[in-house]
Amino acid sequence: MALPNPALSQIPDSYKYGWHDEEMKPLHVMKKGLNAQVVEEISRIKHEPEWMTKLRLKAYRHFEARPLPMWGGDLSAIDFQDIYYYVTATDKAVQSWDDVPDYIRRTYDKLGIPEAEKKYLAGVGGQYDSEVVYHNIREDLEKQGVLFLGTDEGLQRYPEIFREYFGTVIPANDNKLAALNTAVWSGGSFIYVPKGVHVELPLQAYFRINTENMGQFERTLIIADEGSSVHYVEGCTAPTYSTASLHSAVVEIIVKKGARVRYTTIQNWSANVYNLVTKRSTVEGDGVMEWVDCNLGSKLTMKYPSIYLLGERAHGEVLSIAFAADGQHQDAGGKIIHAAPNTTSLITSKSISQGEGRTSYRGLVKVYPGCKKAKSTVRCDALLLSDEARSDTYPYMEIDEEDVTIGHEATVSKVGSEQLFYLMSRGLSEAEAAGMIVNGFIEPIVKELPMEYAVEMNRLIQLSMEGAVG
Amino acid sequence: MSEQLEIRDLEVSIGSKKILKGVSLTVNQGEVHALMGPNGSGKTSLAYTLMGHPDYHVDAGSVTWKGENLLKLTPDKRARLRVFLAFQYPSVIPGVTVASFLRNIYNAVHHPQQPSPEEAGKMPRYTGIPLAKFRKLLADKMALLKMDPAFASRYVNEGFSGGEKKRLEMLQMAILDPQMAILDETDSGLDIDALRNVAEGINATLSPEMGVLMITHYQRMLNYVTPQFVHVLLDGRIVMSGGEELSHQLEANGYDWVRQQVGLPEGVTDQAAEPEPVGQHA
Repeated sequence: MALPNPALSQIPDSYKYGWHDEEMKPLHVMKKGLNAQVVEEISRIKHEPEWMTKLRLKAYRHFEARPLPMWGGDLSAIDFQDIYYYVTATDKAVQSWDDVPDYIRRTYDKLGIPEAEKKYLAGVGGQYDSEVVYHNIREDLEKQGVLFLGTDEGLQRYPEIFREYFGTVIPANDNKLAALNTAVWSGGSFIYVPKGVHVELPLQAYFRINTENMGQFERTLIIADEGSSVHYVEGCTAPTYSTASLHSAVVEIIVKKGARVRYTTIQNWSANVYNLVTKRSTVEGDGVMEWVDCNLGSKLTMKYPSIYLLGERAHGEVLSIAFAADGQHQDAGGKIIHAAPNTTSLITSKSISQGEGRTSYRGLVKVYPGCKKAKSTVRCDALLLSDEARSDTYPYMEIDEEDVTIGHEATVSKVGSEQLFYLMSRGLSEAEAAGMIVNGFIEPIVKELPMEYAVEMNRLIQLSMEGAVG
Repeated sequence: MSEQLEIRDLEVSIGSKKILKGVSLTVNQGEVHALMGPNGSGKTSLAYTLMGHPDYHVDAGSVTWKGENLLKLTPDKRARLRVFLAFQYPSVIPGVTVASFLRNIYNAVHHPQQPSPEEAGKMPRYTGIPLAKFRKLLADKMALLKMDPAFASRYVNEGFSGGEKKRLEMLQMAILDPQMAILDETDSGLDIDALRNVAEGINATLSPEMGVLMITHYQRMLNYVTPQFVHVLLDGRIVMSGGEELSHQLEANGYDWVRQQVGLPEGVTDQAAEPEPVGQHA
């Protein structure tokens, strides 16, 4: 890697390139389970400043004290003592390609994912060779003063700016899972965009692929300074295989005056994963924050990207797609807090349930007293692909100001036999017909995705249909 | 070999209700047949059965097309044998543009995916019509039907007027270029201008290679599209057949005249026999 990874810096050179050598013993194998010593050890290995160690410990105590959330999905099966909380990149590479389940490998084949990428996605490859592409983009950014690096490196190289913002949007004593992330976080992206700088191309986590990037407890921090703009894209549509059953990330975004941030996520975890992610942003006056959140796969996803509109005329949007295949539960939505006058927001949620899959829209719109002329629209549409599929809507509204405009619309529809017959009479197979209906349903959100992701998304939906019908 | 649609003694029920009680009809290549009858006589049931709607159960009889037993094929396979049904109530497909829809169905009919053995089970590589070539085809067909190009970027049938829905059916027919076209009440719900417009579209699309079965309640459509053969469907049976002049006799005398001619009691038609298709977005 061109960027020094502090976790790897103490590993002898000869080892760095021998990631697949199974005779080598990983340097940092921690025992499963969590206690204060484990938290301290993680911080020590990373050579972190004392304030971070203390913050981790504080968060750990909070995690210990808080009960599991009893709402949303069923979390009772998670055994927090049966999880590795810190694994170096080298540890992750010891797994062999042969251990990856057949169904995941077949999907990669069907999607036409290149060999090297497949292994990365399955968590068995060391790194995917995108170094050149990434390097060119990085040089451009550096000229503009944009910082775009791994979160661990961000802490090491830019300690002042890091400390100023880290944990300010999602503090150490936030919800239980966010507290867990603060205690044991590793990897993620750190981005700072200086005043007035517009980053033209989307920044993609894809280009800086390393095994830390899509870790279990990654932590992302984005600061868009006044009048700047940036679009960050994470994830990919191919299923991401993980032997670890818990993914609990935290994303904090600070949108300063007149700045604009779009954060696009496309995640497709394997069916064993609990995906419990806390994403939150604060937006100052005239700023714009947009979460585009596409959740496929996982056993259970609980994710509600939040936007705190703190300054006048700030605008927030959450665009969410949730696809629950048979046996999966997607509990997703968004939260918008109007804390200033003339703020506006929009939540658009599209959920699809297949087989016995279950989707829930869970959202909150809150308007504080005095936030006159606040405007919010919530629209959630659910599409059911079978008689057994389930969809629920929990739209919470806490409106403490009278001079506001709040709209909420919800629809539930089923793919009808007449629609299928119509499309099949035009030569489309049943799976193609269902795929066309689903792709049309999510089109208003997919058209907001970068082109290559939109194309992959359509193909993935098509593929899911072929598995389900005939 | 001349392509022909051959329907023999076809009996069809929906649920426990018998709707077609023995229909026989042959449509040769290049022929235009009109099938007329009052509401509930089984016209749409025949159209749906020919296209393979899963709710219509064939109790007896046969339908062959290009020498194949059409009845054992799913609707998509019938479409690939170049059979086309213009729907009376086309479905709305939200989020799918007319252009994207037409390109997909064009490829489905004219470039069906046939993965090689080593590709079996994989997502087949895209083998469809190149985008530029398709745009040209679409522009030509829309010009032929005198349609506004902006139409192509609307979502399929969403917010369409009755006339727009029927014109989209004609555009699909023009794009797919079927060899056997069944037009189900393509004239229904249209005012006189829209009717002329749609009828001109049909005439522009018809080719000497095409067999046409035009299902209609009224004679007015036949003023624009002239059939060589006219059949009258009453209570699930074809009770009378003739040339174009039969449609004029019907227009003048009504279906009760047919009943008298064939010795059926007046008004036995069961209005409930042919349910409106369910799940329609009006």
